[in-house]
Amino acid sequence: MYIYDQFDREFVLERVAQLRDQVRRRLTGELNEEEFRPLRLQNGVYLQLHAYMLRVAIPYGTLSSKQMRALADISETYDKGYGHFTTRQNIQFNWPALSDIPEILEKLADVEMHAIQTSGNCIRNVTSDPYAGVASDEYEDPRIFAEFIRQWSTLHPEFAFLPRKFKIAITGAAEDRAAIAFHDIGLRLKPNDLGEIGFEVHVGGGMGRTPMIGQVIKPWLAKSEILDYLQAVMRVYNLHGRRDNKYKARIKILAHELGLEKLSEEVDAEHRKIGVQGSSERQIIDLKEIDRIAEYFASPDLDTQSATLTDKSVGLNDPDYLLWKLINLTEHRHPDYAIVNISLKPYGGIPGDASADEMRTVADIAEQFSLSEIRVAHTQNLVLPYVRKADLPALWRALKASGLETPNKGQVSDIIACPGLDYCGLATARSIPIAQAISNRFKENGLEREIGKVKIKISGCINACGHHHAGHIGILGLEKNGQEYYQITLGGEDADGAAIGKIIGPGFSFAQVPMVVEDILKTYLDNRERGEEFIDTLRRVGVNAFKEDIYADH
Amino acid sequence: MAKENSDTHVLTANRLTDGIVVFWNEEQKWVEQINEADTATDPEWIGYLKKVGEVAEARNIIVEPYLVAVSRNEGVIEPLHIREKFRTLGPSVRSDLGKQAAAVSDERLLIAAE
Repeated sequence: MYIYDQFDREFVLERVAQLRDQVRRRLTGELNEEEFRPLRLQNGVYLQLHAYMLRVAIPYGTLSSKQMRALADISETYDKGYGHFTTRQNIQFNWPALSDIPEILEKLADVEMHAIQTSGNCIRNVTSDPYAGVASDEYEDPRIFAEFIRQWSTLHPEFAFLPRKFKIAITGAAEDRAAIAFHDIGLRLKPNDLGEIGFEVHVGGGMGRTPMIGQVIKPWLAKSEILDYLQAVMRVYNLHGRRDNKYKARIKILAHELGLEKLSEEVDAEHRKIGVQGSSERQIIDLKEIDRIAEYFASPDLDTQSATLTDKSVGLNDPDYLLWKLINLTEHRHPDYAIVNISLKPYGGIPGDASADEMRTVADIAEQFSLSEIRVAHTQNLVLPYVRKADLPALWRALKASGLETPNKGQVSDIIACPGLDYCGLATARSIPIAQAISNRFKENGLEREIGKVKIKISGCINACGHHHAGHIGILGLEKNGQEYYQITLGGEDADGAAIGKIIGPGFSFAQVPMVVEDILKTYLDNRERGEEFIDTLRRVGVNAFKEDIYADH
Repeated sequence: MAKENSDTHVLTANRLTDGIVVFWNEEQKWVEQINEADTATDPEWIGYLKKVGEVAEARNIIVEPYLVAVSRNEGVIEPLHIREKFRTLGPSVRSDLGKQAAAVSDERLLIAAE
């Protein structure tokens, strides 16, 4: 993992001291809310439905056991004993007092964490593949460049007041597990025809009220050029991005209005300008620097890891264990290791929430079984990246003892849901109880295993933090005449073959949604061909076949 | 008491120090429970509440004051809009949190939660 150097440490502590003074001035009235709002937002402090909310960055989704314990301690000391893992690899605390926030940030700084740029019109936390560095299908570890981008973008003076927020995701694998097509900039490390690894650059993707799939603006870019190129994209966006209308201010709108070709020309011209030999603006990364950062992410020598205790009392034939193994494991690049997905979606639970006790349990388990490393996935689950296969039975038993063994990765009940109207000041309807109701319904009807893989995503408003546009089944909560109602979309996809779901027709009441989802999935079961997943059947038979069944019943 | 129409309003805001939702009451204090809030129906009183909010915000006691349309029935004050209902109670998925948790002994609040 990346370890702060002296500069990082001083920088973060300086920032904490600045916010401490800003909070003091706010509480004594030297700053009014209008003056204070942009300052708090740039430090991840929102005012939500019930209280302040602090959003803490988990850069590219990597956490140590020590950091996870610190998050647990913070949740107990300053909040209500839990945290919420978000769809952008952050964690949110829902109840901190403003007066406590400087102290919380100090505790975070102690473990090399912060909340800088988790809000506001700036470059947000860079997200990545939760399996980075261990995936069997990886071309190159994206965390090295995610770290470069983090350092480059943090408090970049030119990009502190962009037209709107800006999100970057990066993957280095064949399979996109970072939803790069739905980011302002999506980066994929991949080989060119000569076998050299470089970046495929996507631009103009996003969710929100105007969902768009990012387009490839640069099919291949040398790794050393990435910061110069990003600088060029940001500069063109900063210059031309609309500031008169926040709903048209994201780069996706600029890409749409200018057209990809024109945008690409402008970016290339700026890139050439930055890249002029001897230019002081040049951010070119030299190989030595890549090597220096890469050392932090060097793979541990897995072959020589000493064996941890294997609990022989859990037989390999325990059906619950076998099911969990089948559903929650992902192939590791090392044949003796596994990537373990820990579901934060217990049946009927709140997607992404973890209590302080659960956070500590995961920290302990990671320490014992995963070289003290944890990843946070944009699916609101946790990942243990370095688990010896020999340790799986003992690990499963430890998870089971804490109720963290739910075997549902990628299944019906592994639902992404934003906080919705239960917490969010912007929401128009609740998301979480819809997720809970669907999860409970499929636990009761026993269809989850038969259905297999499907992505259900729920947002409580058009801002789409629950990624509903990209759900195979998307659910958008809206409000009409004081009542919540829900629009259903079908056919979205956030991975390769990214797609925006299509609205199937008139919306449904809160109570109807779980039944409608069941009808959709039963239509799939009725129509699927051998080995076909839900999304494949949907693409083959078309949305209309589903619509007819749904509206005939409701 | 007969149910009043939607012209009835209470003044709400978030407390500056901790962000907790508060309501203005007849004793000229910011309180945490909506059932203790001062309700206003006539335009003059509503205008007064608005002014109270502006002054309290300028004095850095609260942030984002606004008026909420409510119904008042048998001593229970209930917001008309769903957003405000949750704001008054707490997350519907965590009955142990928010005002609903702090006021479990307040039957009026429990009625509103039903």
